[in-house]
Amino acid sequence: MIVKTLSSDHTIGWVVASFTTLAIVGLFLPNWVLNGTMFGLARGLAVLGLLLLWRTGLISFGHALYFGIGAYAVALLEKYTGVSDIFLRLAAALIAASVVGFILGFVLRNYRGIFFAMLSLAFSMVLYGVLIKSEALGSTDGFSVSQTTILGWQPETKYPLFLMIILIGALAAVGVHVYFRSALGHLTTAVRDNEIRVEYLGYSVARAIHLKYVFSAALTGTAGGLFAMALGQVDPDSMVNWTVSGELVFISVLSGPGSVAAPFIGAVAFEFLRTFAFELAPHAWQLIVGGTLLGIIFFLPRGLWSLMEHVLMRKERRRG
Amino acid sequence: MDNASSILRVRDLNKSFAGIVAAKNINTDIKPGEVVGIIGANGAGKTVFVNMITGYLKPSSGSIEFAGRNITGIEPRDATHIGVCRSFQISQVFMSMTVMNNLLVAISLANHDTRSLLRPLNSMRRVRECEQVMERYKLSDYRDQVAGTLAQGVRKLLDIAMAVVSKPKLLLLDEPTSGVSVDEKFDLMDIVVNALREQGTAVLFVEHDMDIVQRYVDRIMAFYQGEIICDAPPELALRDSKVIEYVLGPGHAIQLVGDRLEESRHA
Repeated sequence: MIVKTLSSDHTIGWVVASFTTLAIVGLFLPNWVLNGTMFGLARGLAVLGLLLLWRTGLISFGHALYFGIGAYAVALLEKYTGVSDIFLRLAAALIAASVVGFILGFVLRNYRGIFFAMLSLAFSMVLYGVLIKSEALGSTDGFSVSQTTILGWQPETKYPLFLMIILIGALAAVGVHVYFRSALGHLTTAVRDNEIRVEYLGYSVARAIHLKYVFSAALTGTAGGLFAMALGQVDPDSMVNWTVSGELVFISVLSGPGSVAAPFIGAVAFEFLRTFAFELAPHAWQLIVGGTLLGIIFFLPRGLWSLMEHVLMRKERRRG
Repeated sequence: MDNASSILRVRDLNKSFAGIVAAKNINTDIKPGEVVGIIGANGAGKTVFVNMITGYLKPSSGSIEFAGRNITGIEPRDATHIGVCRSFQISQVFMSMTVMNNLLVAISLANHDTRSLLRPLNSMRRVRECEQVMERYKLSDYRDQVAGTLAQGVRKLLDIAMAVVSKPKLLLLDEPTSGVSVDEKFDLMDIVVNALREQGTAVLFVEHDMDIVQRYVDRIMAFYQGEIICDAPPELALRDSKVIEYVLGPGHAIQLVGDRLEESRHA
């Protein structure tokens, strides 16, 4: 009910308002904060892809596969064709991830629960293995990614890229929100609740899951492409390794499944949590990050977003 | 029986599981709009029969024809598309969704139109249709209640309502009153049978309660060890010597306990 009230009509307005605020605030942010926010929002987009599967009752422990494919698509496009335009880069990331998602979808749509999670992990580690062994693909060092251009214009600061990231994040959030509200989007919960019923209503569960999987891969691939552009580099350990998949799952839990805005809030929070934890305790930062997750699971089982739900619910109640 | 007018024709249907015969030489015809009760002791092959018609189980041999089309071994979702729907012994609904959203999902999938699936779930047209269904099945009071919190009887109604939003020509109900309290049973069946008769849907239903069977069906099919031992109107079937011996038991002891064996086959 809470979720329904929140996401009824206000979500799109909220996304537009947040986009505008971020666009303005971004002008005044110091460089390191701007960078951190970009990394966070790019990861948030990847987590949005995971959220799509989560609502269907599926958890992927291998989404770094698509994150990595998106990132490497950007790097390889530059290496072989010299293209640095943001739109072409994004198209490469999105198409590469969607194609791989479409192919692997035929296998993964037959699995659920832990089998789905582990098989996803296995596929991502295959890519990791190939990358670190292959000189042509940059081996363990990866490649550097040159500064992104926008329709031939080479910006001098990172702000234009930041603006593009929040724009794409906002568009994706609105798109997924509209999708969740549609009949097709409600099939996510329906499939999670009862596959037999969905089949007997005349819809193929395998097809529903395949579709969501490709959609999810496309979002996460695009996110990987943006992350590579923001970082200016790709390498297997920070893009494809299982720890990256773990981070994405971590952020999903931190954010909660309540809203399409949650992954972005959670991901930015995670980025700065990690930065400060590292600052505070260079040798034990993982302890702080892990402790935070435990706290979230114990006290906010529906993630950081549930704080937002409380506020909005109270407002709703006051209105009558 | 006149073949041309029957909606379902079953010929020489057999099914065995690793040597155990679950269905043996089943032959029957169902006319449009007919309400048929299926009775039989536990493990007599009632649910197996229902499952073969809806494609959940593939028959070992024999043929099933629906509206002149061979549907033997069809996929359940294709059966749905051509107008054969079913409800379940254990309600199969979307437990975490509201009654209204359960029905809205069913309605949106019923018109097999991909483009309409992209429209909001609660579009005006769908909501209007949903309200009519809730009215007909007396579900309006529960519209915003989450399905997982409904009483058994209401959840059963929801299950059946979801199965018929696509206006099937044949509906199979597997023990519609199992797990429903005695005082709710007749109300539930009144609602369902009236709505279905109005719609002209033929109904095949598995039932253990002979009071229910007698009151609502045009015909009874009695099963014993995978075979139909009697196929006749209720007043004749319930007096049949074989039915009394193998189904009703001596002294017409009416069986009220659910069909555990078949239930586990479902899960």
